[in-house]
Amino acid sequence: MFAARCEDAALLDLWHPVAAIPDVRERGPVSTQLLGQMLVVSGQEGEEISIKEFMAPMVHGQVFNQGREVSLPVREAFGFVWTSLGAPPERLFDIPEFHETDRWSENSGSFRVHTSAGRTVENFLDLAHFPFVHEGYLGEQPYTEVKDYSVTFDDREIWATGCEFYQPIAAVSATDGQVTKYTYRLAHPFCPLLYKTSPVDPKRFDVIGIFVQPMTEVRACAHQFLSLLDETNDDATIKRFQAIIFGQDKPILENQVPKRLPLGSRAETPITADKTSIQYRRWLTELGISYGVIRDNTQRDSEPCSEIF
Amino acid sequence: MVTLYDYELSVNCYKVRLLLNFLSISHQLHPIDFFPGWEHKSEWFKEVNPLGHIPVIDDDGYVLRDANAILIYLATKHDTLNSWYPVEQPSLLGETAQWMMFAEGTTNTASAARLHDSLGYEFDIDACRAGAHRLFRTLDEHLWFQEQRNLNWVCSAEAPTLADLVLFPDVILSEEGGVNRVSYPAIRRWTDRFRRLPRFTLMAGVLEAGILT
Repeated sequence: MFAARCEDAALLDLWHPVAAIPDVRERGPVSTQLLGQMLVVSGQEGEEISIKEFMAPMVHGQVFNQGREVSLPVREAFGFVWTSLGAPPERLFDIPEFHETDRWSENSGSFRVHTSAGRTVENFLDLAHFPFVHEGYLGEQPYTEVKDYSVTFDDREIWATGCEFYQPIAAVSATDGQVTKYTYRLAHPFCPLLYKTSPVDPKRFDVIGIFVQPMTEVRACAHQFLSLLDETNDDATIKRFQAIIFGQDKPILENQVPKRLPLGSRAETPITADKTSIQYRRWLTELGISYGVIRDNTQRDSEPCSEIF
Repeated sequence: MVTLYDYELSVNCYKVRLLLNFLSISHQLHPIDFFPGWEHKSEWFKEVNPLGHIPVIDDDGYVLRDANAILIYLATKHDTLNSWYPVEQPSLLGETAQWMMFAEGTTNTASAARLHDSLGYEFDIDACRAGAHRLFRTLDEHLWFQEQRNLNWVCSAEAPTLADLVLFPDVILSEEGGVNRVSYPAIRRWTDRFRRLPRFTLMAGVLEAGILT
């Protein structure tokens, strides 16, 4: 299985999540892909975590003998292992809530999805799909209106503030429908987070994020991150809720065509509710990214159609 | 009361949830953190099922594992019409058992491909997909010939059987494993009929049948 190698300096130099720490510690080594390169993340309990890049194709996890190994930088943050294929910066964004001791902070699964990292991020940033894709959970028809919200960009992060949505079951801790206030934060080109009113304490926020690993141009792994105020529900119940939401998104996401995210202003027709996506696509354009995106309006992907309905 | 040790995204758990709802059997779900927590391999769960698999049911102290075993037990106990598992009709029962065995094949190919693509299981993905297509081709032809005989279901009966029920999840979720179904029109019509059954329940990733026009 060969995949196009990424030539974008902006992506090669980023820190990327490649595995959840418990997956490496308890069930490792983890074989995965980053920007088309084969990686193995290893390090059992008591050992340092190490990441090796194999400069040869692997077939079913077996590396060809002539493969050359390169050690990559390792960083542990928010319960995940991060690495970089280029010259990564000193700094990785922070999530202050992660350090608060009364929260339930954990990974709720690394789910692979057959689409680009960009499409995966945009799905996470979208409010408008809630009543259609997550009906009965994150939205309910006919409450489909996306109220106006503000988007700001400071060259490092995108913030969307003042978002509101009616939700029948905003989280597993919810006992009733509520108008949920959302703030979206893109802390990294592939790490969207959202802050939403906690059903337990309306003055504080639950933080949910996905750290998206671009495996190839059209395959991504969404590492789910949760930092919740919830003292009543057990791990399995909280994770079940997240698995349902992700399971509902998956067929919709995998059937978006083209799989690579189109950046051309006329490639797709955004509406007001897509303000965050518009800013996101502009950001990717400014970063000079061409991997996993379609920069030019005239480029077309030829993807086979599939049948899910 | 039946307790089902359950994981939402598991096809084998979905099979049991489908029958519990078709037969309106009162039950509760005990969510297992299958992924990413691997709770089915934990010490406490091995006392429930030493094999470390789900689904498992606990019916007032009677503990049973394996989707097919659970379905046979629940259908025989609760299906007053004896249509899901037709114990009173030997030839139909034989057909049902035959296609339930066939579904072991679709679970080990189509649904294995899905575990590979979604959860990163290390399977031979090309072999899984090729195997799924081989079985889907056989199923599609079989369902087409059934339609010619005015039969809607996998087995030669008026009503669906456990054979339909155990095949359905592997088939409907196959796109998640990269097994495209555009070449199987009779399978498509059958999945629509199945999804229009009274008390049919969705799982995350399964969409409702289109509206009849």
